[in-house]
Amino acid sequence: PTSDDTPEVLNRALSNLSSRWKNWWVRGILTLAMITFFFIIIYLGPMVLMMIVMCVQIKCFHEIITIGYNVYHSYDLPWFRTLSWYFLLCVNYFFYGETVTDYFFTLVQREEPLRILSKYHRFISFALYLTGFCMFVLSLVKKHYRLQFYMFGWTHVTLLIVVTQSHLIIHNLFEGMIWFIVPISCVICNDIMAYMFGFFFGRTPLIKLSPKKTWEGFIGGFFATVLFGLLLSYVMSGYRCFTCPVEFNNDTNSFTVDCEPSELFQLQEYNIPVVLQSIVGWKTVRMYPFQIHSIALSTFASLIGPFGGFFASGFKRAFKIKDFANTIPGHGGIMDRFDCQYLMATFVNVYIASFIRGPNPSKLIQQFLTLRPDQQLHIFNTLKAHLVDKGML
Amino acid sequence: EVDLDERFGELDLRNDSDIPDVPPSTDSTPEILKRALSGLSARWKNWWIRGILTLAMISMFFLIIYLGSFMLMLLVLSIQVKCFHEIITIGYRVYHSYDLPWFRSLSWYFLLCVNYFFYGETVADYFATFVQRREQLQFLIRYHRFISFALYLAGFCMFVLSLVKKHYRLQFYMFAWTHVTLLITVTQSHLVIQNLFEGMIWFLVPISSVICNDITAYIFGFFFGRTPLIKLSPKKTWEGFIGGFFSTVVFGFIFSYFLAQYQYFVCPVEYNSETNRFVTECEPSELFQIKKYSVPPLLQAVLGWESVNMYPFQMHSIALATFASLIGPFGGFFASGFKRAFKIKDFADTIPGHGGIMDRFDCQYLMATFVHVYITSFIRGPNPSKLLKQLLILQPEQQLNVYKTLKSHLVEKGILQPSLRG
Repeated sequence: PTSDDTPEVLNRALSNLSSRWKNWWVRGILTLAMITFFFIIIYLGPMVLMMIVMCVQIKCFHEIITIGYNVYHSYDLPWFRTLSWYFLLCVNYFFYGETVTDYFFTLVQREEPLRILSKYHRFISFALYLTGFCMFVLSLVKKHYRLQFYMFGWTHVTLLIVVTQSHLIIHNLFEGMIWFIVPISCVICNDIMAYMFGFFFGRTPLIKLSPKKTWEGFIGGFFATVLFGLLLSYVMSGYRCFTCPVEFNNDTNSFTVDCEPSELFQLQEYNIPVVLQSIVGWKTVRMYPFQIHSIALSTFASLIGPFGGFFASGFKRAFKIKDFANTIPGHGGIMDRFDCQYLMATFVNVYIASFIRGPNPSKLIQQFLTLRPDQQLHIFNTLKAHLVDKGML
Repeated sequence: EVDLDERFGELDLRNDSDIPDVPPSTDSTPEILKRALSGLSARWKNWWIRGILTLAMISMFFLIIYLGSFMLMLLVLSIQVKCFHEIITIGYRVYHSYDLPWFRSLSWYFLLCVNYFFYGETVADYFATFVQRREQLQFLIRYHRFISFALYLAGFCMFVLSLVKKHYRLQFYMFAWTHVTLLITVTQSHLVIQNLFEGMIWFLVPISSVICNDITAYIFGFFFGRTPLIKLSPKKTWEGFIGGFFSTVVFGFIFSYFLAQYQYFVCPVEYNSETNRFVTECEPSELFQIKKYSVPPLLQAVLGWESVNMYPFQMHSIALATFASLIGPFGGFFASGFKRAFKIKDFADTIPGHGGIMDRFDCQYLMATFVHVYITSFIRGPNPSKLLKQLLILQPEQQLNVYKTLKSHLVEKGILQPSLRG
């Protein structure tokens, strides 16, 4: 059973209330604390956000691996903890190296050691991973084989979930902070709204896995989240610091978010479909195209996101644990808060890659420079002909 | 209702003694061989069976090479499916999970999804001209990632909906088992196909180096073996390891020399839209043109030559053969450890005397990834037509910016003469 690590302050302040209300208050206060924290780090900028994502990732990895240790009683396995953290380091090195090469291209080209590291990045990452793999094979001990293979599998699945998702979140962040903030807030909003609708109107159970969820909460949460997403996007689309891609400025050596807002973030006039005209009373409405996308994002957050939560619930029941850890009083571990976010991060990334973003121009230039001269000339001439065709030249 | 989790989930893993032994593998040697070898003693009989099957596999290998790239692709795909099946079957046996609801359908569904994702990416890259002509394929290609993700999500949601009380842990174990198996088998087979498209030599030389290392390490161990190599595989010896290393490097060196002469092996595989076939015809790249190398003074005394004519590719083959001999065996040790952990003698009984397909391919997996990483790091540049395609998708302002950057770069390098007009 989890130990109660509510801070002493809160304990004293709430000592008079009954335990049910006390729990409600503790959760409420912590929720507000987390949301405030969220706003503070948004204010602090992309670099701090990146670091927070990194810390959350490491903590989640630690929580899941600790559960593995507890399940398999494997604290005394030789080398194992070192190997798990080593693999975490390798995979992070691989992913962050790719990101750094893409986004900090000019910085990397300037510094000689960085340039070599980035040119042979895949080979170096693979060599590092192989070293870990060989160490694992050499560490296999008679009578512990199965345990060691289980922990190896456990580590890899955890890495797959935790590290790839955090990497995708950072990619979304670089696309523009709005792509980071709107999805995450939609999931949080859906959590809270579904809980509230369930609290006041809940009657029909939704799924055997999570008996506290109800259909009323699910549907109410869906509509509330879509509305919330529309409003939040409207407010955020007005500010460049949220809509512009994050770029690294070589001269000032800092991150800048300054650009000409793309079409997505320029007000356009839309005709309201005849069906809604009678309800809403307007013929046209001015909104940002991004708000249409936000409907897709909030729909996913409300309808599919909860499956991430059910998956985590099933996992907790399977391994007979109440929460992933005790980090946040009243809420459990970091993983408990982030379980719905993981599917969301992948969805947003796939959505952006499929419907929004074209290829990255600086990455293309980078690839171009490694081609042979005759290939470069061929591409240059084709591009020139294309631009002349379009009347740009 | 029986709580399967209680029965099989709480395995005492402090030592491996609790797993029931899997029934011993049945002897699936064909009747013909049995009659032919009925006279010999059991040890020699085993040796002959292994020998004959080895020759049979090598002949089949040559036959498939002759039949061409498309057949090779199909072969790789079949092997992948068989390996996946073998590993999943072991999972079923370990966890007694044949009766889990939906589980077999879900495993095969995930295999289909991941294959769809990978092969879709390959088809888009290599069959660009074929794809351009067909409307429906265009749509599938453009939204490929989204479609693959949606398919995967459907499987994920089905898994969550299929969770049954008292079977949770078992179901999660099988889910994880499936994903790790997919990670191993499908990604590797995809990398093997990518290597193949680079040129059949990049497919043949690595695979034959691993096979050669297997065989020569065994032979050296048989004749000279004395010092054991690793506790995991008591039959391996240091003499076999080192002897195998040197023979494989020499083999790789000579084999590359032969293959490098033929366009059929050396050229990237391309799809010709007019004839609707794969063609391997090109101007051989620098790697496959004979160059004169000066022999380092050390070796000059030994060999007696001052310079030697060889293909640059042969230098790369040394790297490939070294990896196959030194690191490849770790894949074999990993598989040995896995078999001991789950108390199985072989992955399956598919090949008499040799075990299952996985038994033959365990060393190949690391090799395939290594060759792919090697090619992308040291050999191949980006694909020019893919780059062009991406350039043409950019926004017009971005295209103009890129054009200006490229122009200044080309002028600087002297590839383009600066013109008087912009």
